[in-house]
Amino acid sequence: MYRLSRRLFLAALAMLAVATTSPSWAADKLKVVTTFSVLGDMAQNVGGEHIALTTLVGPDGDAHVYEPTPTDARALAEADLVIVNGLAFEGWIDRLVKASGYKGTVVVASDGITALKVEDDHDHDHSEAHAESEKDHHHGELDPHAWQDLANGRLYVTNIARALAAADPAHAADYRRRAEAYDGELAALDRDVRARLDAVPADRRKVITSHDAFQYFGRAYGIDFHAPVGLSTESEPSAGEVAALVRQMRDEGIRALFVENITDPRLVQQLAREAGAVVGGTLYSDSLSGPTGPAPTYLDMFRHNVSEIAKAFTN
Amino acid sequence: MDPYAALIQPFVEFEFMRRALVACLALSLGCGPVGVLLVLRRMSLVGDALSHAVLPGAAIGFIIAGLSLVVMSFGGFIAGLAVAVLSGLVARVTPQREDASFAAFYLISLALGVLIVSTRGSNVDLMHVLFGTILAVDDASLQLVVSIATLTLVILAVIGRGLIIECFDPGFLRAVGGPGAALHFAFLMLVVMNLVAGFHALGTLMAVGLMMLPAAAARFWAGQVATLAATSSAIAFAAGYAGLLLSYHASLPSGPAIILIAGGIYIVSVAAGPRGSLRTRFLPRRHLEA
Repeated sequence: MYRLSRRLFLAALAMLAVATTSPSWAADKLKVVTTFSVLGDMAQNVGGEHIALTTLVGPDGDAHVYEPTPTDARALAEADLVIVNGLAFEGWIDRLVKASGYKGTVVVASDGITALKVEDDHDHDHSEAHAESEKDHHHGELDPHAWQDLANGRLYVTNIARALAAADPAHAADYRRRAEAYDGELAALDRDVRARLDAVPADRRKVITSHDAFQYFGRAYGIDFHAPVGLSTESEPSAGEVAALVRQMRDEGIRALFVENITDPRLVQQLAREAGAVVGGTLYSDSLSGPTGPAPTYLDMFRHNVSEIAKAFTN
Repeated sequence: MDPYAALIQPFVEFEFMRRALVACLALSLGCGPVGVLLVLRRMSLVGDALSHAVLPGAAIGFIIAGLSLVVMSFGGFIAGLAVAVLSGLVARVTPQREDASFAAFYLISLALGVLIVSTRGSNVDLMHVLFGTILAVDDASLQLVVSIATLTLVILAVIGRGLIIECFDPGFLRAVGGPGAALHFAFLMLVVMNLVAGFHALGTLMAVGLMMLPAAAARFWAGQVATLAATSSAIAFAAGYAGLLLSYHASLPSGPAIILIAGGIYIVSVAAGPRGSLRTRFLPRRHLEA
């Protein structure tokens, strides 16, 4: 992968050499580049019509394993402001910034949050699935998925607003005003989410999910997220692994199962039926959905996830 | 571990184990006799060829109707049947031998299938969808497998005698006016049907493996077609049961576990079966004394 991205960067540099100005960007707008769709939505909410936004990893993309393209390097080279999540979420961004020749500030949206460590205590069993996801997601020590707590999301917005105001002082008041309005929406949603999930008895708020992105969510809203024991997503399952997962769900009284990346949907249905649990819908963790999907914005993503989880609990 | 916990308790505790066992039983009943007839007709590798041939049909079914068991199985059935019929026709009308004809058509079909699957982007997902696992047999898959096993047994009861005659003495069948070609195609249809049931419920390896290995092993235990078929079914079911337990206790993938047990039974049969095995050939006296 390393070699491939190097080749990509060389291609990017070659393209930069011949690149002319980009006609799609109006000259008077602040050119903002964000790394992934959640940040893009936040920046758009704060920046409004004053910014021209480019998001590198679009809807439904995976920022963990993203391979930057020459177009990305070019967007970065022409940017006035680059916003990243930080916490080593975008492992590829430093090299991309260097390769593109971007000289401005790189704003870290997660500045000032209380970062959680990448969780290890679900590691009952050194299963293949777990080992694999740990390999993928082992960004140093800290869990980067901080936006899964709306309180952190509000902090992101504050950071973004401050950076936009600094980069474009002419519209600073506007950014501040928009950020305040958006912050109000986030705060209101935060209250709604708490009210909705608090209605579920605490001992029923247990979920099995193969996403490892919900640690902040679980901490903030009192949901117990368990990693599935044993079952690997890639290879053919064994009866022993399926049995272990069924036992785990029975023993811990788990009501809901969100494991859409176990590839055989019939196996998941079987598991749920056997353990008396409910198969939940799709949860959005690392990216938003496309505009026609259920989670086109950060607010929608949160509403969608919470309603899927609450639905699974009340069934 | 006491015998109850080792041999029975997994099936009592977990519904998915019971479903898997029932699916194995149904599959064994259908595949046993079909496999024996394939061996008798010297078509042992045809099952393997046909297992690849169903891919384009199943993929087209998926593209048309999404994750529909019925449409995908039907598509696979049509594709498999097309390959079987075309190969059979070419073999009967031209001097081309049937195995070469099968190889040609199944390769065409396989290439077409891979092409269709790749145009759908993530081919890995589609492959998982097309080929299930015995641990995830749901109601629909179970009904399909059981229906096909039932249908197979009924059809074999009707055409079995003619098929067997055609195996051993095609000239006689023709002389008495038997419908040789029609029987042959009906039989190929049975093969495709059983394979399709096997794939969707149990995965590719399972379907062909449970059809051929027990049939090949049965040859060392029985001499007549009826007993061969019964032995083959019994071996297939025993392999299914033992393989599921192996998969349960040792956390091994269930499909390969079942097929490897069947393979083990085959090797034991070759070595020590009562009819024509290595033991009877090289140690006949000791066998009689014992």
